[in-house]
Parts: sequence; structure tokens; C-alpha cells
Amino acid sequence: MSALDTTASAGIALSTSGLSRSFGSLVVARDINLSLPVGARYALIGPNGAGKTTLINLMTGMLPPNAGTIALGGEDITELSPQARVKRGLARTFQINSLFANLNPLEAVTLAVCERRGISPRFWENIGVNKDAIEEAYDILTKLKLGDVAYQTTRELPYGRQRLLEIALALATKPKVLLLDEPAAGVPQEESGDIFEVVASLSDDLTLLFIEHDMHVVFRFATHIIVLVGGAVFTEGSPAQIAADPGVREVYLGKRHHG
Amino acid sequence: MANPTPNPTANPTAMTPQAYLLARGRWHPLEIAFWLATLLPFILFPNYLSLASQIAITALFALSLDLILGYAGVVSLGHAAFFGLGAYSAGLFSKYVWGEPFSGLLVAAALAGLLGYATSFIISRFRHLPLIMITLGLGLLAHEVANSAHWLTGGSDGLQGVRTEPIFGVFRFDLYGKTAYAYSLAVLFIVFLCARRLINSPFGLALRGIRENWNRMPAIGADSRAHIRKAYTIAAIIAGICGALLTQTTNSASLESISFQRSADVLVMLVLGGAGRLYGGLIGAAIFMVARDQFSGIAPQFWYFWIGVLLVAVVMFLPNGILGGLSKIYAKWSRK
Amino acid sequence: MLPPVFGVLFDGIAYGMLLFVLSVGLSVTLGLMNFVNLAHCAFAMLGGYVTVTLVNIFGWPFLATLPVAFIAAAVTSVVLERLLYRRLYRASDLDQVLLTIGLAFISVSVAAYIFGTIQQPIATPAALRGSFEFFGIGLGKYRLFLIGVALLVTLAMVIGLEYTRFGAQVRASVDNQRMARGLGIDVDWTFASTFALGSGLAGLGGSLAIEIVGLDPNFSFTYLVYVLIVVSVGGLGSIAGSFAAAMLIGISDIAGKYYVPELGAFLIYMVMVVVLMWKPAGLFGKR
Ligand SMILES: Nc1ncnc2c1ncn2[C@@H]1O[C@H](COP(=O)(O)OP(=O)(O)OP(=O)(O)O)[C@@H](O)[C@H]1O
Ligand SMILES: [Mg+2]
Repeated sequence: MSALDTTASAGIALSTSGLSRSFGSLVVARDINLSLPVGARYALIGPNGAGKTTLINLMTGMLPPNAGTIALGGEDITELSPQARVKRGLARTFQINSLFANLNPLEAVTLAVCERRGISPRFWENIGVNKDAIEEAYDILTKLKLGDVAYQTTRELPYGRQRLLEIALALATKPKVLLLDEPAAGVPQEESGDIFEVVASLSDDLTLLFIEHDMHVVFRFATHIIVLVGGAVFTEGSPAQIAADPGVREVYLGKRHHG
Repeated sequence: MANPTPNPTANPTAMTPQAYLLARGRWHPLEIAFWLATLLPFILFPNYLSLASQIAITALFALSLDLILGYAGVVSLGHAAFFGLGAYSAGLFSKYVWGEPFSGLLVAAALAGLLGYATSFIISRFRHLPLIMITLGLGLLAHEVANSAHWLTGGSDGLQGVRTEPIFGVFRFDLYGKTAYAYSLAVLFIVFLCARRLINSPFGLALRGIRENWNRMPAIGADSRAHIRKAYTIAAIIAGICGALLTQTTNSASLESISFQRSADVLVMLVLGGAGRLYGGLIGAAIFMVARDQFSGIAPQFWYFWIGVLLVAVVMFLPNGILGGLSKIYAKWSRK
Repeated sequence: MLPPVFGVLFDGIAYGMLLFVLSVGLSVTLGLMNFVNLAHCAFAMLGGYVTVTLVNIFGWPFLATLPVAFIAAAVTSVVLERLLYRRLYRASDLDQVLLTIGLAFISVSVAAYIFGTIQQPIATPAALRGSFEFFGIGLGKYRLFLIGVALLVTLAMVIGLEYTRFGAQVRASVDNQRMARGLGIDVDWTFASTFALGSGLAGLGGSLAIEIVGLDPNFSFTYLVYVLIVVSVGGLGSIAGSFAAAMLIGISDIAGKYYVPELGAFLIYMVMVVVLMWKPAGLFGKR
């Protein structure tokens, strides 16, 4: 039944079919079939513990699935290592900051750029000679308003800046599909707008899937919403459809209080 | 990429990012002072040149461990395996082929590099406790091999019949260790230059990335295992060179060169000096070796009492070693 | 008449039992807190010296010293745990290795200072000396006693872990620490007490070991290697795994020394490296 999903349809950037995973008796992903069209702005919502992060882990290869397949641009990537998926254009950010504490943003993003350009194995040349790579890294940083802290140790950056660096690192891999796991998690409400402005300004060819709890943000930035409950897709549709869906209200919206 | 030149006003130091990264690799006056100071023993302590030579060799060994432990965060309890392999192969080479020292050094480096490359496929698969165990196990295994291959290595009697010819056919290894120190120091300096270049390279940056956050590396498309294999092989080559130097400057090779004790000692020195700082191992080795020489009168178990106290103190109070502590003081002082 | 292989097997089993008592505590604490404790055998050595002192200086009977050895090691370990170890639970494995290697070094020196570097003599009760003749092979009485004690320890541990409240807490904490905390289990306390019990068992093992392998200040390191091999081959946190691995290592070591003495300890290192390459988490490990 899921053979259809894996066929290379030109407009689909990322798709999963029958993706399942459990931890012991706890099912965290139950037969998940999704497809993200190129350039989409999808939101993934669901209560805490619904399995949203787990789904990103499955897609990016950080967690092997028990069953199902994942296709990127029509190519089956289920068996690929996480880094091979990144090389093919599938990047992610982390819900809990996963940065290089003692590098500065310039070094960290340059590292990611060097990995993409395949120059990181070079042990014989000074990093400084790679002008293009460094400037590309610095460009990404300025685009994310991190230019002024490019030389400050990551550990010492304010939390909101660190969240932006999470995104910068992912962008340095030049992704075709970007999965953002609660990019504004833990950021005060007034700053979270800034982060989503940055997200919204990303190129239109980039396919985006983001997890977010704040429904105002979701309705503002998403063109399509997937609701995950108990590891399974509860429903999906346009923001208007989701807002009107009484079932969603009950399982999700009704239980949470967002200002 | 629309705007390839970065906006200088956004940058408080008004330095382009490229210039900033290039400046990182520039020589600090303290470094030049350090290397000039390594020449002092020739003038100040002409009677201690043998010790100075041992220090230079041990410092290089600590530097080699620093590349994998300090930079890539790969803990090894069996690094002496490569040192010992280098020591024995240089000795055997001089015994059965010829005694020219540079070729002996190359042979030792090549063999240690081969073993390093082969074992790097195992090493790179592990982390945490299994890694510690595997390195310990491989180190002990290497020791057992050297011990049981009595016919080749002389077992616990040590390798007999090592003869090292004069360097360039001219400079004999003298009783005072003058040639030995000059030779060891020169090799140390050359390898140090290479290591310094390596840590300032894109590869060096990737190693630091691995140390800082192993989990993030795949998410930026990095193959950490390939990096670790390479770093481990390079570290093994350097360790092999150290072993060869020891054999050539002392005209002997013993089981001690491949023992767990040597693996543990070098770890202590590196941590004492400060891992991941290039000079940490060098300084740690100098302090350790001089101290051991000064306290050579006391029984070894009491020496290790102080080493134990030192380890506990460093872990508890000086997490980045002497150099880490100094740079912290320096930072505080310069901020005032 | 039985061929000598049975004698070798018997000695190997006895030796394996000894390794089990020495290492099971480390396996549990490693599984529980992921703490690399290279000073584990220092606690074993402490137990050994307590027994030696009580027997040789105060004239206690050997058996009466065993509980004291257990308690001494347990109490010392808890003091160190509260003072030093607990600060490093979140630290890197390198820091843990360095701290505990440091403690092991100190233990060696202190033992050498107090007792000298010689092997300690020990007088075991007459009832445990000599051996039974069993179809032509001699079964050492002390080794039989050792096997008995080890089996008792195993039984006590299995019962303690499977059927008591404390055991349930330990198992829950090993399985999933976060969840255990969520369930209101005091993981810190659970660890401290497990640590004490594990070190106490090591202390008991140290006392039992004197008759078989002797006791000198290097015990901390010599047997550390064996214990680490057992733990990593068996798999962290697994009692069954430690038991199986201790048997495997004990028998291979004794058999290796008997049949191919020129290989030395080569065989067990080989066993370890091969097992770890095949199963990095150990034979019974789940991580
Ligand atoms: N490695 C793991 N082992 C066991 N259980 C896990 C593991 N990772 C996640 N889980 C469980 O799987 C469930 C889903 O977790 P997940 O992190 O995917 O939720 P989430 O939807 O991202 O929640 P949140 O909104 O809190 O981020 C949770 O119950 C979690 O406890
Ligand atoms: Mg999540």
C-alpha cells in the first residue's frame, strides 16, 4: 500500500512510508506516511511525548526504524548513515542545543562548511587559506544576525543567540530539506518572533518542517500542519482545516494554554 | 553568497574572518621564547643532556597522545604499544639492516603507522568505557607479544646489540648526550611544526568538533570515524618515532618501552600540563621527568603516591592542567 | 581416574568465582552510574589487608575477618564516594579515569608504606587446608569453600535484586535513570548504597583472594585488569554477564597457564579484544 509513496514524484522533497519504531513496549512511531512537497512550510505539532523529536531522529538516521522507509527526493535513504543523508541535503536542528561549546560561531560554521565542501580531511594546510569557505560561513552568520558574536566562544553566548547558531549550523550544510525541532524552545516569547522571522526569510526552494508548540506561530508560518498523537499521525491539513478540527482541539489545543 | 565581503562594522575587531582565522595560526612571542629556552640545556646544564634528550622524546610522545586525546577526545590507555613498536623496530633495524639513524626512524614510523592504521578501524568504532578497555587490552596484548617473542626482542632481558651509527656519518652519540639531545630536539621541533600545522588546519578543526560534540558531527555531515582513523594513525606514527628515538639515543630497547606504565605516565603528563593545548604535553613531560629525576632516590611506590595525589588534585581543582590554569589567570589579569 | 583436564577445570572455576566476587560490584556500579571506577581493586586490596592484619596481628580466626573486610571496604568507599566520586558523575570518562587511577596509585603507596612490598602470609583454618581426592584429582578444600562463598554471594545478589524493594530501585535506575527519578526513586542514595555494597564485595573478594593469588601492594593494578576484562566482556550492569565472563576468563587463564605457559596472559587479553570487537557492549550488555 505504501509503494506509491516511495516512487520518485518530482514535487516531493521528503517522504516516509510505514515508518515505525518502538522502545520496548512504548510505540513512539506508528506507521507514519508523510510527504513534503518541495518548498513546503510544514509544521509538526502534538502534545509532549507524542514522538515528534523521534520522528526527526528517524528521518535523519539518528535512530534506526523498526519498519518503513524514508525517501529524499525520490531516493531511498533508509539505509544511509546520518552524515550521508546530510550530504544529500537533509539537515536538522536540535530541540536541546547541541553546539560546540568551546568553538566560536565562526569556527563552528566554518567546520560545517568545510565538511560540506570536502576539505575537512586536509591536515596540511592552514584553515585560513580557505577564503571562500570562511566567507561563506561568515555570510551565514550575518544572515542570522550572528556576525557581531562570530568570535565569541559559543558557551558564553546568550541563549537566544545559541538557538540561532543551531540553525546556522544546519544551513551551512546547504540543505534541500530542513527539519527544525522547536527552534524557539526556551526562548522568551518576545524573542521567538525574531527566530521565526529568520526561518521565514529562508529561500523558497528550501523544504521546511518545523516542530512548534506555540499555535500563534504555527498558524502564522505554516502552510500545512501535521498533528502527531501517541506516535501516529492524528490528522493533517491546512491551518484553517486544523483550526476547525474539533478532534485536534480536544487532543491537543484544549489541553494546552498558550498566550 | 550575494555579498562575499563581510561587513566590517558588524565586526568589533574590524578584522575579516579570514584574517582572524589566519591570525590564530601565527606564532606568539611566548612560543618563540619557549623554543629558544629548549636550547639552554646545552649551555646551562651540560651534565644533564641525557635527561634533556629523554624529556624531548617523552614530550613528543605526549604531543602524539594529545592529538588523539586532547584534540579528538579519544582516550587511550595503550598508547605505549606504538612507542614500543617504534623502539623495537628501530633497534632490530639497526641490528639486522644498518645503523643509519634517519632510515631507522622512518622504518619505525612506517611500522607504527601501519599498526595504527590497522587498529584505528577498531578504535574508531568505540567510545567511553569500551574504548578505554579496548585500548588497554590492545596495549597489554602488545606488551605480551613483545614479552613472549623472546627470540626477537630479548623478552625481559631487553634487546641486545643495538648499534646506532653517527648522524650524517659525522656526529657520534656521545657519553654526555650532546648529540642525543640535539637529535631528539631537532626531531621534536620538526614534528611539532607539523602537529601545529595540523591543528590549525581544517582537519584540526574537525577534530576539535569531535571532541566538543560527537553527536552533532554527523548532523553537519561529518564522518567522525574517518577523521578519528586518520588522527589515530598520525598519532601512532609520531609515537613510533618517539620509540625509535629512545632506542637510538640509548642503544637499547626494553619491555618498559611498551608497558602499561608508559601509557599511564604519558597520560599523567599530558593531563598535568593541559590536554588539547599543544604545549601542555611538552610542559607536563618536562615537569614530570625533572621531578622524577630529582626524586629518583625515593622508592617508586612513593613517587606514585605523589602522582596519585597530583592526579586527584588536577581533576578536582585544575581541570585543564597547568596551562589551562595559567591561561585562566592570564585572562583574568588582562581583563582588569 | 579422571584426566588432569578436570583438575584444571576445577581450578579455573574456583578462580572464575573469585573474579566474579571481585568484579560484580564494579559491573553493577558501572551500569548504574556509568562511572569508570579504576580504583575498584583498591577496595579489594583494603579488604585483603584488613584480613591479614586481624589474623596475623590480632589473632582472629580467618572466617571472622571476612565480614569486617566487607564492612571496611564498604565504609571507605562510601566516604570517598561522598567526598570525590559524586562530583564527577557528570564529568567526562577521562576525568573519572584520572581520578580513580590517582586513587589506585595512592592505595598502592599507602599499602607499601604500611605493610611493605612483600607478599603477605595468611593462615587459613585447618579445615580449609589440603584437598579431597576425587577420582584421582585433588580438589582443594579452600577452592571448594571459595566456590561455595561465591555461589552464596550470587544467590544473595539475585535474591536481593529480584525480590527486594531496594533491588527494584536499583534495576529501575540501571534501566532508565530519568524514568527512575520521575518515579520518585532517590537515585543518588541508590547509587551510594550500591557503590558501598559493590566495594564491600570487592573487599570480601580481596580477603578470599589472598590464599589463591597472594596479596601485595600491586594488587590494585594487577587484578584491576582482570576485573575490567570481566566487566567489559560480561556487559555493564549484568550479573549473569559478569558471572559468565568471570568463568570464561578464569578458566581460560588457568587453562592457558597450564597448557601453553609461554603465552602468558596473552590468551585472556585476546579473549577480551575478540569479544569486544564482536560485541562492543559485552556478552550480556544491552548498551
Ligand atoms: N531513547 C529513548 N529510549 C526510551 N524512550 C524514549 C527514547 N527517546 C524518546 N523516548 C520516549 O518516546 C516518547 C516520545 O519522545 P519524543 O522526544 O519524540 O517526544 P516529543 O513529541 O518530541 O515531545 P516534546 O514535545 O516534549 O519534545 C517519549 O515518551 C519519550 O520518553
Ligand atoms: Mg521533542
